[in-house]
Amino acid sequence: MTETLLSVQNLNAWFGMHQALKNIQIEFSPQTVTALIGPSGCGKSTFVRCLNRLHEEVPGAYATGKVILQGKNIYESSVDPVLIRRKVGMVFQKPNPFPSLSVFDNVVAGLKLAGIRRKSILMEVAERSLKQAALWEEVKNKLQQPGTSLSGGQQQRLCIARALAVEPPILLMDEPTSALDPISTAKIEELLAELKKTMTVIMVTHNMQQAARISDKTAFFLLGELVEFGQTSTLFTVPKEKKTEQYITGKFG
Amino acid sequence: MQRSIDIGLNELKAQLVQMAGYLEEAVKNATLAWRNRSREMIERVNAIEDKVNQAHLDVDAACLKLLATQQPLATDLRFILSVVKINSDIERMADQAVNISNNAVYYLQHPPYQDLSDLIRMSEIVRELVKNAIDAFIKEDAVLAQNVLDADDEVDQLKNKVFKDVLAHLKQTPQEVEQGLNVILIARNLERIGDHATNIAEDVIFTISGQDVRHSHFRKKGSPDEK
Repeated sequence: MTETLLSVQNLNAWFGMHQALKNIQIEFSPQTVTALIGPSGCGKSTFVRCLNRLHEEVPGAYATGKVILQGKNIYESSVDPVLIRRKVGMVFQKPNPFPSLSVFDNVVAGLKLAGIRRKSILMEVAERSLKQAALWEEVKNKLQQPGTSLSGGQQQRLCIARALAVEPPILLMDEPTSALDPISTAKIEELLAELKKTMTVIMVTHNMQQAARISDKTAFFLLGELVEFGQTSTLFTVPKEKKTEQYITGKFG
Repeated sequence: MQRSIDIGLNELKAQLVQMAGYLEEAVKNATLAWRNRSREMIERVNAIEDKVNQAHLDVDAACLKLLATQQPLATDLRFILSVVKINSDIERMADQAVNISNNAVYYLQHPPYQDLSDLIRMSEIVRELVKNAIDAFIKEDAVLAQNVLDADDEVDQLKNKVFKDVLAHLKQTPQEVEQGLNVILIARNLERIGDHATNIAEDVIFTISGQDVRHSHFRKKGSPDEK
């Protein structure tokens, strides 16, 4: 039986009166990349934001159900959402380095917030994270320059390095390459293959070919429901559900 | 709403259907060549082969273009993959038809073989298999495709019977070895055309359902013949 790292049970999410997710059940295994696909407004971004309790930060938004990470429900009242976000890192569509911080300080921002101040540790983590994000060689001589001075693709990898610095077992990515050129996109896709050796990646993408290239499993969302979840190679060649077939062949959406 | 890929897929299907039409004509003429002792039919088969070969190249180019420009998925991807394989099968079947017409060239140099009834029956079934396999592709009919798979057994049995009977006859009348040898070669080429028709039927089932039935069919059949 496949080991489960993250189990989502009966997850429902609302924005006020509008229900954005309906009774989602899904499990994620360690060291896998899962792609989430579906038309705009289908709930896939809301879904990933429920996995690190970012969804509830939107005024009027709330979620019910269970998200069990390493055996513990992250929605229990005793759980601190900030601690969850250290375990479940996130990279967004547009690169968002802290504008006032240097490359180095961007990477170690999470560690400093956690109270780690020793320079040697911060330096070690920064180098390791930037190497993991395949950015070290490009920025090792400009660590004190502003993060925002980097190119778009470099800024996105800087954000990935920042997320990796706190060593989360899970990394969420919400369309991380949609604003990048093909070369920067290819670098991030190569990076995913490396990252999954040590962590679980859950990535929202509108690019069907990207989902097919980089993921082990794919989940198709439609109108707030999880329509199909399975091996990527099967879902893109012989989907089980007619709606999946229609979506991935461009017959709607 | 028509997707941009639909235009390419429809054109591809039309190209393959035209190529299949050439093939049916080639198999019919190759059969008539030995059956009616017609040299004119031999010439026609050779002329058709050129058209099939050109269509083979054109269909492959069209598939390559669609794969590169449309990046198809699911049914679209399975359809194009099947067309690539069916294209190859049709080209090989046309080659077998040419082989039969070449066998007919030698066969017509001698008096007719004493009993062609099984070979005639075999050629009729094979032509039906080819027609049904192509129809299954055109109509996307998995039931008809399955019928092709089921009917291929009879072709194999008839081929074995022709081999056995010709061998027995040649032991008694070795002076008819040229006729007998060409009857065996024609039977073998017909059987191979039947095999390619089953390949097409299997690809049709894959296109429609995503189910790969290739080896399950052979296992079920349990035929001692080599493929």
